[in-house]
Amino acid sequence: MFGKLSLEAIPYHEPILVIAGLVGILGGAALLGALTYFRKWGWLWNEWFTSVDHKKLGIMYFIVALIMLLRGFADALMMRVQQAIAAGGSAGILPPDHYDQIFTAHGVIMIFFVAMPMVIGLMNLVVPLQIGARDVAFPFLNNLSFWLFAVSALLINVSLFVGEFATTGWLAYAPLSGIEYSPGVGVDYWIWALQISGIGTTLTGINFFVTILKMRTKGMTLFRMPIFTWTSLCANVLIIASFPILTATIAMLTLDRYLGMNFFTNDMGGNVMMYVNLIWAWGHPEVYILILPAFGVFSEVIATFARKRLFGYHTMVWATIAITVLSFIVWLHHFFTMGAGANVNAFFGIMTMIIAIPTGVKVFNWLFTIFRGRLELTSPVLWTLGFIITFTIGGMTGVMLALPAANFVLHNSLFVIAHFHNVIVGGVVFGMMAGLTYWFPKAFGFTLDEKWGKRSFWCWIIGFYVAFMPLYVLSFYGAARRMNSYPNAEWQPWFIVALIGALLIAAGIACTLIQFYVSVRNRDKYADVTGDPWDGRTLEWAASSPPAFYNFARLPVVGDIDSFWSQKQRGNEQLEDAPYTDIHMPRNTVAGPIISVFAMIFGFAMVWHIWWLAGFSAIGMLVSFLMRVSNDDIDYYVPAAEVERIELAHQQRVEAQA
Amino acid sequence: MATESLHHDAHAEEHEHHDAGPTKVFGFWVYLMSDLVIFGTLFATYAVLMKGTAGGPTGADIFELPLILFGTFALLISSFTFGMGVLAMNANRVGQVKMWLGITFVLGLMFLGMEIYEFHHLIHEGFGPDRSAFLSAFFTLVGTHGLHVTFGMIWILVMLVQLSTKGLNDKTRPRILCLSLFWHFLDIVWICVFSFVYLMGVLV
Ligand code: HEM
Ligand SMILES: [Cu+2]
Repeated sequence: MFGKLSLEAIPYHEPILVIAGLVGILGGAALLGALTYFRKWGWLWNEWFTSVDHKKLGIMYFIVALIMLLRGFADALMMRVQQAIAAGGSAGILPPDHYDQIFTAHGVIMIFFVAMPMVIGLMNLVVPLQIGARDVAFPFLNNLSFWLFAVSALLINVSLFVGEFATTGWLAYAPLSGIEYSPGVGVDYWIWALQISGIGTTLTGINFFVTILKMRTKGMTLFRMPIFTWTSLCANVLIIASFPILTATIAMLTLDRYLGMNFFTNDMGGNVMMYVNLIWAWGHPEVYILILPAFGVFSEVIATFARKRLFGYHTMVWATIAITVLSFIVWLHHFFTMGAGANVNAFFGIMTMIIAIPTGVKVFNWLFTIFRGRLELTSPVLWTLGFIITFTIGGMTGVMLALPAANFVLHNSLFVIAHFHNVIVGGVVFGMMAGLTYWFPKAFGFTLDEKWGKRSFWCWIIGFYVAFMPLYVLSFYGAARRMNSYPNAEWQPWFIVALIGALLIAAGIACTLIQFYVSVRNRDKYADVTGDPWDGRTLEWAASSPPAFYNFARLPVVGDIDSFWSQKQRGNEQLEDAPYTDIHMPRNTVAGPIISVFAMIFGFAMVWHIWWLAGFSAIGMLVSFLMRVSNDDIDYYVPAAEVERIELAHQQRVEAQA
Repeated sequence: MATESLHHDAHAEEHEHHDAGPTKVFGFWVYLMSDLVIFGTLFATYAVLMKGTAGGPTGADIFELPLILFGTFALLISSFTFGMGVLAMNANRVGQVKMWLGITFVLGLMFLGMEIYEFHHLIHEGFGPDRSAFLSAFFTLVGTHGLHVTFGMIWILVMLVQLSTKGLNDKTRPRILCLSLFWHFLDIVWICVFSFVYLMGVLV
């Protein structure tokens, strides 16, 4: 009846998990109770959960991502504490099996459920506005993508309290992840959480690719698109081309585990190297899916606050395209030691180093934009400067790793950990923090508190160096990654320093939370109704803040790069008195959440081999999808009079503030 | 139908909005490209694992070309019949569209029947997908294609229902266009499967 699921699956004998479980359950219960008490369910369901508005979806992505950041960071702290203690024979606080689950969960959560949703959330919030569109190409799919992601995040948290998570490392290398060596349900949670959210990501990729190519407003040629839109376009191309590889690879691992197939087994003709190749053929493009949009954020921030057009717009675009292409022919640098041979290694090593060239071009573009600009040191700019320095260091250690000869020494050591946190914290996290601060007023109509923003930045950047530089040092002593304990007590001081760094980062996260609190409390003081708090250059600042649900009452017409800026320089000669017209908009949809809940039940049932439930929820998915496609009442027209009313109200607010 | 088009003419100037027909077809085309990557991955895996027979049968031992050829022709002809259906749609003949879709469905069913027979036969002989890496890759590649055909056939049924209840309008037309893209796509993938898996399989 319940497959492999029994009460044994609840880890009540592990105090840490019990506490985490209680916190989770109590927190959840408090939230649900509050929602019921304040009668907010209807509002939540009608205004948010079923919404197809890309701005709201963007905000929801960010909320889930921030919650998951807390989870992922808690895992990081536990690892840091463990390694600070478990020296010279001490076992520390976490038994090996639990420790393995933690580093796996940390990696998976940070990449798939923090970095990805932040990047996709920003894309949702910003891209349609930047190209002067009223929505994305497929609003329903957009809602579905979000929910597929959200239920997978939930599924991965369920693994904390029901059963276990994978102990394989975040990429679940075979044959370790095969049924022979991982007979438990941990890898199955990994499989279904990633499979479901990965399909959502592919849909997002298609959706935004089509949106950017087909829905740009009049005059917005490709080479007039803002850089963030360009980098998003390239990231979406990468999603479309690489996520299906992940889908197929996970599917094959699933078949190995569930039907006894032999893709990635040691015997019966299976080939474990195939798994490693495939997972990195997706995995390397993935890191560029994360970093390219972050590059886009920095480009926007730097141009805006240096009050100067971005230096070398065209080279920036071509550098982005070059990186997009190159990112598909470097995957082997993750396993030089696997024995592909000197020539193959040399090829992939050189290709990897070549990526440094377009990246260097970008760094110089940013520097030259600052040069002779009037740079305002706002917190988004601080994040950007911190990024330029940190990312450059991380890039250089990356080039070191790209040297096959050196890689044989550095592989699987803490050098790798230090390197990729160097680029992923310094690049993606800083980029998302910059983007969050920069576009927050667009989403909510008030700016974030600068004082706490800057405090957060300083904690993060100092904390980052304190936490990760010791790992470079340790790697030279030979410290491997994924160690639960180590015999050499001389390493301990460095691990203690690393723990202090992690605590500083914790302070940075706390500052961000305080920043939200302070800003919401002072939202009247920080209010911006003009829609253009930074004197911005691109179209999103032409809309009101928060924008009306249709974004633009009259679609803007674009004449050049940074057209909103030049339009402001010329004085607003937009077609102010052209009459408003009816606006075509998509209706909200219940199908997204419903299909996704079925998908989550399906995943859970598959994890525990509850076949009848899996069958039932699969049918549920199919039927609710069919109901959706046979429903033709999916859009409507906002009458011109209604548009006029909303726009008038907005103008009055602007005049009242002025 | 008439009111529908009138309604939209009033907003003709507002072309590139979301979910419009051409955008939908383009989006679907992009989806097909991503699906192609899935097939590409499975093809690559098959190529790598082809020799991994683990003492079990090779392709030459188990492929029955005449049977496969029968299924192949059924699928090729079904692409033609679907093409006729699209022509009928362009000529606004709902009845004919339904007829051609129906024929396509039957041909798809013949193809699937061939495949199910083949799979059943192989498993019965003890050459199931768990026998060797080669067979895992073979079953998965061919089975994934078969699964796509199955979804295509469910989709055909849905369109037959929608054509009966809604007729041809600017909601159903793009759907039929997308479905036709999907169907031809599966045909092309199958030609690759046929040449690369079956023909080359019996050659070596
Ligand atoms: C913010 C502070 C962070 C800290 C203190 C931290 C700490 C750690 C630690 C201690 C490990 C294990 C190292 C080992 O194997 O010995 C680790 C692994 C990892 N981290 Fe982080 N991390 C942080 C942020 C991030 C972020 C933002 C990401 C990605 C977006 C990330 C992705 C990963 C991945 C993929 C692994 C590898 C997991 C594995 O070995 O399978 N981390 N991190
Ligand atoms: Cu890489």
